[in-house]
Amino acid sequence: MKRFLQYVALTAYLIFLGFPLVWMLSTSFKPPRELVQLHPSLIPDAPTVNNYVQAFTEQELGRAAFNSLQVSLASALLTVLVALPASYALARFKTRLGTLALGWVLLSQLFPFVLLIIPIFLILREVQLANTHTGLILIYVVWALPFALWMLQGFVRNIPRELEEAASVDGATRLQVLRKVVFPLLAPGVVATALFAFISAWNEFFFALVLLKSPDLATLPVTLARFVGIEGTARLGPLAAGSLLATIPSLLFFAFMQRRLSSGSLAGAVKG
Amino acid sequence: MKRSDRATIYFLLLPSLMPIVLLSLFPLLRGMYLGFTDARAGRNVDVTFTGLANYQELLQDDLFWSAFKVGLIWAFGVTVLQFFASLGLALLLNQPLRFRGLARVLALVPWAMPPVVVGILWRLVYHPDAGLLNEVLYRVGADGLRTNWLGDFSTALPAVILVGVWAGMPQTTVVLLAGLQGVPKELHEAAETDGASPWQRFRNVTLPSLMPVIVAITSLDFIWNFNSFGLVYVLTQGGPGGKTMLPMLFAYEEAFRYGNYGYAAALGNVMVLIIVALLAIYLRRRLREANQ
Repeated sequence: MKRFLQYVALTAYLIFLGFPLVWMLSTSFKPPRELVQLHPSLIPDAPTVNNYVQAFTEQELGRAAFNSLQVSLASALLTVLVALPASYALARFKTRLGTLALGWVLLSQLFPFVLLIIPIFLILREVQLANTHTGLILIYVVWALPFALWMLQGFVRNIPRELEEAASVDGATRLQVLRKVVFPLLAPGVVATALFAFISAWNEFFFALVLLKSPDLATLPVTLARFVGIEGTARLGPLAAGSLLATIPSLLFFAFMQRRLSSGSLAGAVKG
Repeated sequence: MKRSDRATIYFLLLPSLMPIVLLSLFPLLRGMYLGFTDARAGRNVDVTFTGLANYQELLQDDLFWSAFKVGLIWAFGVTVLQFFASLGLALLLNQPLRFRGLARVLALVPWAMPPVVVGILWRLVYHPDAGLLNEVLYRVGADGLRTNWLGDFSTALPAVILVGVWAGMPQTTVVLLAGLQGVPKELHEAAETDGASPWQRFRNVTLPSLMPVIVAITSLDFIWNFNSFGLVYVLTQGGPGGKTMLPMLFAYEEAFRYGNYGYAAALGNVMVLIIVALLAIYLRRRLREANQ
């Protein structure tokens, strides 16, 4: 009896968490006619992939996806490049900066973005980088850095120091040690950190909304949010399709990180 | 530490520290300072220090008080509901149930969605004509309850809070589940042999060892919720009639619609102050309880 009630509760949870998603999936396959009908059904009568084709080919969404891809890839690459040397230093040398970095991760959560965004906007305008992807990428890198540092230095710590010492006893130079021993072992950590930076840039909305004024520079979340204001009921299909497509990268990321996430060790990784 | 070592460290750290100082720490300090000035949008505008003038204006601004109230209802509502819902789910997922692995993965999905997409998703659910919720109400014969959930004055805020709970549940559940798995099994077994009922075991064994995790995640949830922006921006843009105007939405409008940078920054400062004050009260209370 107790088990039975537990299953009922679990099912209720899964319906609450999953059903809205199923609905979006269903909406994304509905032809316009079914979207405006008085009583919509869960399973489309005449499913169509037209909404996806439309979301893909429609100039604005396609370009926005390309913009997002560009910005997120650049942010991920830069974040890792910048964080790699620093995380090595944090992990291998005793310094108070490590504690400071973690402290900053936590402390920075306290401040509402509005305090940051106005000065950042003024600074970027000063150096002619407001309303450019370069400016946005810079902000994303800075914003992902504290956590990326924290993540990467954990991975460095997991590489036994003895391996490095053994290599240098064998006559390898410092650079060789890094290249032949540390970097290959660090590869999974680098991938995870890059993914984290990629996703935080891909999902980010507020900075992109404020910093990019030209519509042809807008990233995917901003473009999708703009669609929301002007949508007629018939436009819901492409909107749902576009939104689902926009979720795919982070879905892949979560599939990749699932094990770590369920063990809770990276639970602070992605801000809700 | 050797001198050369120190030089190496700084050489390695510099590429990370410089951008953080220049584009995070410095802007933050400048932003807090702007809250005490009359800064406005536009080039070549003189900025003068005005002391507490912004805050006096805030105190007399009805819109501020309303945003402040909505923000607190939202942040407390979401955080508390989210906590209880997540605790329930975490306890279930900690039981040896079938399909537990699958359920764990499914429970993560809302977390993987960008906030903007979550907003769109729930607009589809709440849509007055093509929406899931109204259709379900119709099918179960509760036709009278159908309404424009996000457009109605009385339902907009609760509807938005529900979305906040949905979006934040996975993260809270994962953290609580990790905490539950850290509760020593021996304690449970000992309590069981002593004849403690399941509720007593939960109350006296599970809860105390879970407390640090609970305090940490509820504090973080509260901060995130109070500062949240994207979700409600997409859902309602603060409407109808300011019923869902969170402080961040209000600040965004002040800064980027009306160009009142100083005023918006002052609002940001007040938000920090409120959060710090509330956290201080909460954490002190928990500490005192823990010491008893």
